[in-house]
Amino acid sequence: MSGVFSPTRAKIKERTLRTDKWWLQPAITFGVLISFVIYATFRAFENKYYFSEPLVSPFYSPCLSTSCIEGSSPLGQPFNNEYFGIGISPALLILIFPLGFRMTCYYYRKAYYRAFWMSPPACAVAEPHTKYTGETRAPLILQNGHRWFFYFGLIFNVLLTYDAIIAFRDEEGHWGHMSVGTLVLLLNATLLWLYSLSCHTCRHTLGGRLKHFSKHPVRYKLWSWVSVLNHKHPTFAWISLFGVAFADIYVRNVASGAWTNFYFF
Amino acid sequence: MARKLKMRIWRGDADNGGLQDVTVEANEGEVVLDVIHRVQATQMGDLAVRWNCKAGKCGSCSMEINGKPRLACMTQVASYGDEETITVTPLRAFPVIKDLVTDVSFNYRKAMEIPSYEPPANLKPGEARMEQVDVERSQEFRKCIECFLCQDTCHVIRDHEENKKSFAGPRFFIRIAELDMHPLDTLKNRKQKAQEEHGLGMCNITKCCTEVCPEHIRITDNAIIPMKERVVDVKYDPLRWLGTKIRKREGIV
Amino acid sequence: MTNLERHSYDVVVIGAGGAGLRAAVEAREAGLRVAIICKSLFGKAHTVMAEGGAAASMGNVNDNDNWQVHFRDTMRGGKFLNHYRMAELHAKESPDRIWELEQWGALFDRTAEGKISQRNFGGHEYPRLAHVGDRTGLELIRTMQQRIVALQQKDGKTYASMESHLKVFPELTVTEIIKEDGKVAGVYGYWRETGAEVLFEAPAVIIATGGVGKTFKITSNSWEGTGDGHALALKAGANLVDMEFLQFHPTGMVWPPSVRGILVTESVRGEGGVLTNTNGERFMFKYIPDVFKDKYADNEEEADRWYTDQDNNRRPPELLPRDEVARAINTEVKAGRGTEHGGVFLDVSKRLTAEVIKKRLPSMWHQFYELAGVDITKEPMEVGPTCHYVMGGVEVEPDTAAAVGVPGLFAAGEVAGGMHGSNRLGGNSLSDLLVFGRRAGMGAAEYVKGAKAVAVSEASIKAAADRIEAPFTRSGGENSYSLHAELQEITHNLVGIIRTGSELKEAIEKIAEIRKRSANVSVAGGRKFNPGFHLAFDLDNMLLVAESTAKSAISREESRGGHTRDDFPQLDNKWRQINHIASFDGNVVSVRKQELPALPKELFDLFDVHELEKYMTPEEIAKGGAR
Repeated sequence: MSGVFSPTRAKIKERTLRTDKWWLQPAITFGVLISFVIYATFRAFENKYYFSEPLVSPFYSPCLSTSCIEGSSPLGQPFNNEYFGIGISPALLILIFPLGFRMTCYYYRKAYYRAFWMSPPACAVAEPHTKYTGETRAPLILQNGHRWFFYFGLIFNVLLTYDAIIAFRDEEGHWGHMSVGTLVLLLNATLLWLYSLSCHTCRHTLGGRLKHFSKHPVRYKLWSWVSVLNHKHPTFAWISLFGVAFADIYVRNVASGAWTNFYFF
Repeated sequence: MARKLKMRIWRGDADNGGLQDVTVEANEGEVVLDVIHRVQATQMGDLAVRWNCKAGKCGSCSMEINGKPRLACMTQVASYGDEETITVTPLRAFPVIKDLVTDVSFNYRKAMEIPSYEPPANLKPGEARMEQVDVERSQEFRKCIECFLCQDTCHVIRDHEENKKSFAGPRFFIRIAELDMHPLDTLKNRKQKAQEEHGLGMCNITKCCTEVCPEHIRITDNAIIPMKERVVDVKYDPLRWLGTKIRKREGIV
Repeated sequence: MTNLERHSYDVVVIGAGGAGLRAAVEAREAGLRVAIICKSLFGKAHTVMAEGGAAASMGNVNDNDNWQVHFRDTMRGGKFLNHYRMAELHAKESPDRIWELEQWGALFDRTAEGKISQRNFGGHEYPRLAHVGDRTGLELIRTMQQRIVALQQKDGKTYASMESHLKVFPELTVTEIIKEDGKVAGVYGYWRETGAEVLFEAPAVIIATGGVGKTFKITSNSWEGTGDGHALALKAGANLVDMEFLQFHPTGMVWPPSVRGILVTESVRGEGGVLTNTNGERFMFKYIPDVFKDKYADNEEEADRWYTDQDNNRRPPELLPRDEVARAINTEVKAGRGTEHGGVFLDVSKRLTAEVIKKRLPSMWHQFYELAGVDITKEPMEVGPTCHYVMGGVEVEPDTAAAVGVPGLFAAGEVAGGMHGSNRLGGNSLSDLLVFGRRAGMGAAEYVKGAKAVAVSEASIKAAADRIEAPFTRSGGENSYSLHAELQEITHNLVGIIRTGSELKEAIEKIAEIRKRSANVSVAGGRKFNPGFHLAFDLDNMLLVAESTAKSAISREESRGGHTRDDFPQLDNKWRQINHIASFDGNVVSVRKQELPALPKELFDLFDVHELEKYMTPEEIAKGGAR
């Protein structure tokens, strides 16, 4: 008998005496995250419908492999990801980085430790595990690598912003046009920037690690701005996740011919 | 308007105990501590409850109300429904002494393990100069009233008694952060110690400490995560480590 | 008693508020082995409630400030009844005490130059209060708590254990200071948790137990403010000086209970708060004294106009001086026009919109809304006088904080008397704790050097143990909760903010009666963390305090600072030369008059002689101070 049932603690048989719907939040988190994972896995293996001039799905960008659909690789195709005669979907390699960023994100950690690991399921609700070592040993000690994924995430943000910019073209590649797809990709890139810039690692790197703000006025200003964004980090985490999924859904439907990408001009 | 309030109060000691039903009068504007006092004065003269300032400033009347760690003096009866029964128990992460009083000495032992503030050796009294922007981060943590609700709710020790020896808990992570961010503190190895001796790595940032803090200190976002990042600077970031070897950079000590 | 838990120390400090902790730090740094005993957990003392700041003439904001100015302000505030030497030491040493806290890790708010910021406060000529937002008391307690830990860590490196030379004993009540051969030999008490008894043998004891607020019905003090140190000192043969002086605030919340006693700042009235009785009458107009007739409006129309046009209208009578407002509320309540909880209404919601109230009185609004669900933007507050601070206390030697008449006994902080005279200035209590806490530690260290430890006799132990056991041996006796309530009713109604001779006489008789009945208190339940049992001892202490206060008050036939007599409404310069000394013979408290030490010439000369004429008799002025 451990935890709240340890011999010295007040003898109460319930795991929790909370009377509110404490299970609702982790249940929603579980539902949404698992849906995203299933959809992303399906899309990563699907390996098609990710490009329709000038739109490229964020799941498949940057597409750098010789197997990429023609026209979806504005940065070239330096890689050949055909191993043992099997072509691996480029998304599988690309998604490692954004997923790694989200997996090690301080906010998502809270969300999935609660919803998936039930460690704890909610505050003051006893967790089912008998042992707990936190993030002190492998594999969870790797969470300390969040900043590397953050740096990669920034590169991806630049690339996806580039994707949104080249979407100001029509299907023939002429500049000066804008479609619903352009807006979708722009929105996606914006949300990803907000998510990355509001990140705790970003806050630390820009100024949090300083001992004397007064000696670094510019970095203090940056830190102050990021601190404001950081309050909303969970919100940005969720809406940018929806944004990415929606951008992919949009491109997939356009590429498969189900939807027509409406042009404003 | 006075009304009859149904309560369940945990009574007992380390050996035995259980919830007892009582009905007590509650007046408009009263907090849970007020009705507990009324129970004490009229029905249970020897009901043990710890309290002091009754104004949310001393952090003595920590208990669990309807399963949530709270200060009884800051919990209004009116925040519960008219028909709702209010259940009051002692803190469930610490050994119970009697009724609503628990043995919180764990926290005082941990306090003694945190290395104290070390001012520069040659600093004379009255000569310290600090900018307001440099003290504000630490000042937030010094708002702590040591109610130990964060310690109580933290699953690392609440659910794992065996972790108590190696884990200082959120209250002392903000203490470490306070000192590490103190503009004049000179102790060099707070970050390593936080990770290696005080169990910072055990925290999986599930944020319950922040949720229960009556002072609204942003324990996780402003203390624990920044400390985890500072630990990464000195322990898990080869580039930064190299950087410190090449030139002394502020903030990494 | 063979199983008795025994400890032996050089110094025992009773009380872990600001003064107690500062004393303990000093005594430990002087090389002594120190025990700190407190009724609550470590770090919960009432000091945490202090909001304003700690007064010290560092001159960070205005460099005209210095100790002489601070000294003058303190003496004026106390209406020159202060012990001059205490006020002098306090003014001189406060800055060093604040800087020392900074060395120990305190983080005060800063000025633009990076120095400790200082704020203005009533009665202080220059911005003088070092502060951290509105939680300065918490900062003080935490800093010294952490200083104690730092010293323990140092001991841990030198000796085997961190607690070998400095140890905190939390949740322990002291019931007795034991003397042998006329000298302090130790203290006796019990663990609140278990009820088990403990003996501390020590040649020196420092009392730092704070105030007496719980003697009164409405108070801003916490449950701990039961005058334990006052009573322990009296019983040990020490004197209490000027116990008639208590600081009451005219408008404290009287209802709902969750905020009872909490102060409603004067700015609520300044912003347009109106006082009414239960008939809905704005009664303050009836209470304007003749001397104020030309400054205060006598009709509602003019009073209301003042808020927008202060040049052409007289002030509303709600803004009369504190004691006038208190007297008016007191009279209304006693005439039966008060609420059932003994207050009157203070309403700011009718004059100002919700937004303006929240903007101008944010902490007031927030505090009452959060703690009691009272929305002052929508409804009136129920207010009445609340007891806040006791100026009187143990008579001490200013330089050493040694209690007069009891070798080995020391007192510092609110429990000590003399420093504040008849009225304390805001901000002077936090600095008082530091200055005299340190001096008590030094005084004890000096005393211990020359004193041999005296063994506590078995007879003394038995007497102390019997006293603790007594309430359990009786059954069906008096209930301590109801006796406490009765006492509070008496003090509140008869020894409260406005006093008269006949009521004080009645109070003295009634208190004596309760004292008689309290000898027959019985306690239900066991010894383990039993609040009824704890209250039995607190009650005894409060009765001694109430008796000392009532007897000192009836003797002082004038009104000065925290002592207002309806039958003697004027300040009387002859009374300025008199201290009241209360002592206890084991049965009753007796009060005698004692001459106040005269201001020495160099301090006398700090004042304009015309100012002193307001307070001193012509003979005193002619002398020009003591030489």
